[in-house]
Order: sequence, then structure tokens, then C-alpha cells
Amino acid sequence: MQDDKHPKEPSLRILIVDQNAMRASVLEEGLREAGYCNVTVVREMQNLLRRIAELDPEVIFIDLENPNRDVLEQMFQVSRCVGRPIAMFVDRSDADMIEAAVDAGVGAYVVDGLRKDRIKSILDLAVSRFNAFDKLRTELDRARTALDERKVVERAKGILMKERSLSEDAAYALLRKAAMNENRRISEVAQSVVTAASLLR
Amino acid sequence: MTRDVVVGFIPLLDCAPLVVAKEKGFAAEEGLALELIRESSWASIRDRLIVGHFDAAHMLGPMAIASSLGVGHLQVPMVAPLSLGLGGNAITVSNALRRSMVEAGAATGSDPRVQGEALREVVRAREVRRLAPLTFAMVYPFSCHNYELRYWLAACGIDPDRDVRLVVIPPPLLVDAMREEQIDGFCVGEPWNSVAVSAGVGCIVTPTTAIWRLSPEKVLGCRLQWAQRDPATLAALIRAVYRASQWNEAPQNHAELARLLAEPRYVGGSPDILLRGISGELRLEPGGVAHQFTDFYIPARQAATFPWVSHAAWFYAQMVRWGQIEASEAHLELARATYRPDIYRSAMTPLGIDSPAADSKIEGRQPLAGVIESTHGVLQFGPDGFFDGTPFDPDTL
Repeated sequence: MQDDKHPKEPSLRILIVDQNAMRASVLEEGLREAGYCNVTVVREMQNLLRRIAELDPEVIFIDLENPNRDVLEQMFQVSRCVGRPIAMFVDRSDADMIEAAVDAGVGAYVVDGLRKDRIKSILDLAVSRFNAFDKLRTELDRARTALDERKVVERAKGILMKERSLSEDAAYALLRKAAMNENRRISEVAQSVVTAASLLR
Repeated sequence: MTRDVVVGFIPLLDCAPLVVAKEKGFAAEEGLALELIRESSWASIRDRLIVGHFDAAHMLGPMAIASSLGVGHLQVPMVAPLSLGLGGNAITVSNALRRSMVEAGAATGSDPRVQGEALREVVRAREVRRLAPLTFAMVYPFSCHNYELRYWLAACGIDPDRDVRLVVIPPPLLVDAMREEQIDGFCVGEPWNSVAVSAGVGCIVTPTTAIWRLSPEKVLGCRLQWAQRDPATLAALIRAVYRASQWNEAPQNHAELARLLAEPRYVGGSPDILLRGISGELRLEPGGVAHQFTDFYIPARQAATFPWVSHAAWFYAQMVRWGQIEASEAHLELARATYRPDIYRSAMTPLGIDSPAADSKIEGRQPLAGVIESTHGVLQFGPDGFFDGTPFDPDTL
């Protein structure tokens, strides 16, 4: 949508409340790419209300695991704490938006009276960024596991090279052969070698 | 046939019947595979109920009503067919405020009138000296804690909207906020009052059961739509949680309950501190001795699991009193219809459990122990009462 690339309100004040720094920056980056320049990230848990009063945001995103969501909810009731009342989606037609947001794990609070089509495009962006972050996290976990496995294999090779005077290639071939014979992964065999060596030390 | 049920909860003492329904096999005996999911805010409990992640949840009674009324959020009709016990809350103030209150005449002890009048003196003295108003925290705008705190302040001559500042702070952050002097007091459920005392940060000035002896608290809440779509599962869940509440009532189970709740996947923390709220043996100040508070937290006795429509009416009356909602016949009716003694009674029929005969009662009218009429005859009930001596008659609304 052309509108997303050239938002009509680039100065819209957006606040992201998330203890997860990486996820917050994924969302912040997405908003900046979409042309929103006035984005603030708050990570600390204490004193949220005071920060909000200072920043006077028009849109707030908060991760669903954040207990401070209940602090934001109070603003529906006590508008004197901030400049004006903030409402989430108070209209039945917003049910789909809430569902998408809750599934992605993001809560959104919006200043009353902000145009609905604008809210929708920003929320869609937040939902897709939260989902993208989830994917990224899964990939990172996988990459970290792969890295850990490689380290174990390196250590096992080193032990075999030293204890049995093998070349690096021969040590690796021995690990691979044991893994095939036992129907296990090389990293598992390598872990056994490392554990055994530490017991025998 | 086993039925899956997903129930959300907040780590507080009164999630106990849900934990025990699962861990002690009461849910399994009712043919339920009960999955409990820990949440970190009431807003998330509500949202995940609305979108169907949860079938039912540990809810603040007033929150279920607010959802049925559509205040502050989408209007989604909720039902509360079971109460998760009575009481369990207290009001705690910082050591500094406690000292000022003692200087203003609050003797040791926990009489809400004496404590409240001393607090009023402190509030007035600060006004004269042009100091910032005291800040009190509670956990959610639509909560028993908010209404109990306001009821106490107002009855002691302190205007909760003018004379003090009321803020929302999530329970796990309260003790730090008090230590850092962001707040001067709070009203919250256990174990958080005892955590503050144990950390040397604050003093309990009164359990809220001293304000209203048999005061309602959390409920088992679910969407009306789910209750209508799957009444057999809901009835089985009500029976399982009811039997868990009975188990929690027995003193010989208290130590085991404290250990269960102390597991990190439930409430977490120290079993000794959790046991204070469970047994009603509270320490009011750092280094103080334990005091026994009768009826501090009631899991099952005193018809504590019964969803009195008059509780819903009292919550509605507080919402009106504090400007959260306009008074109207339609609003009152929606609030009353959220509490469902009819579902409770029909769920109890297979167990032959005795239930109160009336749906509603005059709250706080029975100053002595006595009986109320029940479906099988009579039930032990009372004493009950508000500290200002004013009963609440739901029929006068």
C-alpha cells in the first residue's frame, strides 16, 4: 500500500514497551522503515506512567508478557495522569485486530480519535514484526545449537588427536564411523568423548 | 472420554484451587485434562479469554463484570459461576508512613478505623505543609483491591480521588516500588503483603477482611458463549475446583499447599511466606510476631465458593460510586447476570452438595455466627459485617 511507505503522520508519537531489546528493535526498525520517525523504546519496568506522561505517545505497543499492561489499562480510568484518555480497541469490529495482536503477543493502545485506517496499518506492521521476531528467535536458537555442536566436535577431535596421535581428518573419520555404527549423531558421539575424557582426567 | 480445558491464572495465593484441582487429581476425576497457563497481567487474562486461548480463567470478580458491561474494552459477556474463596487481601504501608501514622495516634494493631483515622491526620498534615499527596497502589482499576481501598479511605474521611493518588502497579513490582519510595502504600492479595513485611520494606495496617469480613475476591470466569456451548465441561470444572477448595480448607493440607504454590511454575517464592496467608497467621511488621486472623482467607467455608449475585451488585455499586460507569437499570442487570448461582447449583447436583437457597443476600448484615437457608436445610454462616457498620442491600439500588 502506497500509504504505508509515505505515512500521512510521520511524526506520530509511538512508544514501544518491551523488556526484550532485540524484539523492540525489530519493531522500531520496521516502523522507521515505514516512515515513522518518532519512535521511542522503553525497556525498564518501573515508573512507566511517568515516562508515558513525559513522552505523551499517541500509540503504545507492549509485549503481552509484560505485567505493565495493567498499568496502561488504568489510563482508561484515570485520564488526568496523562494528557488524554487512551483506548485500545473499544469497538466490536476490532475483534479480528485484537485476535491477530494477541496471537502475535503484542498489545496495542491508541489515543482516542486516531483515524482507524491509520491504526490498522501500524498494528498490522507490529503484528508482522512480532511474528517475524518469533521466527528469527527460532532460527537463532537453531544456529546457536549448531554452533554448540560444532564446538563439541572440535573438542572431541582434539582429544582423539592427542590421546591416539591421530591427524585431524582421521579423528573426524573415527567420530563419524562410531556415529554411523551406533546410529547416533556425530555431535552426540563427540559429547560422549568429551564427557568420558573429563571423567578419566 | 477426557476433555481438555485450558485455564489462565495470575501468580497469587487465590489461584490455589486451580493448582490443587490439577495437582491433587480432582480435575482428572472429573474427566478433565486441565492445563494451567500462568499470565503476568489481568489485561492478558481478559484478552486471551476473549480470543479463545483460554476456556476459563482466574479472574477478578469486577473484571468479569466490566467485560460484560463493555467498560474500558470490548463488550464480551462473561460469566462467573464459582467464587475462588473470600478475602486474602491486606493494606500495607511503607515503614516511613507507618511511623507517621503511629505519631498520629495509630496504636499497634490492625483496626481499620483507628488506622484510617491516623492516616487521615497524616494526609491533612501533609496538606498543611503543602507536601505531595500520598500515593497508594492497587492492581487493576476493576478490582476488589481498588474498591476495598477506596471504601476504607472514604469511610475514614479521605477522598480517594482528591486527597491521595491511586495508581496501578502489578503485584510483583509493588515491593520494589515501595522500597524506592515511589509509593507509600498498597492494597494487594497475598503473598505480596507478607513479602513486603518479610523484606523489611513495609507494615500491614489492616487485612481487608477487617474492612468487610466476608468480602468477595476472585472468581472462575469464562465467556458466556463457552458456558453455553460446553455446559458439561464447565460443570465438571466447577466440581473439580470446588473439591480442591474443600481440600485447601483443611489445616492438615496447608503445608503441602504452600509447597505446591511455591513451585516456580505457580506462584513461586517461599513456602513459609505463602503459609502466612493460607493459615491467616500474619506478621504485621518486620521482625514482628505472628497474629492469627480468623477468616483472613477462606477457601470454602462460609459458602465461600458460592457466586452471590449480591457480590456482583456491590461491585456494580462501587463502579458507579467511583465514576467508572453510569448508573442505569440496564447496567445493573448486566452486572447481576454475570454471577451465575444457577450454573453453580446445577453443577453441584451430582455431588449432592448443599448450596445457599437464595441467589442474593443483604451483605454484611449478620454480625454473629448463624445459619442461612440452603437447598438441603441450613448452612453455617457468619459473622459478617462492614467496619463502618453499614450493610449493603442490593435491592436498594
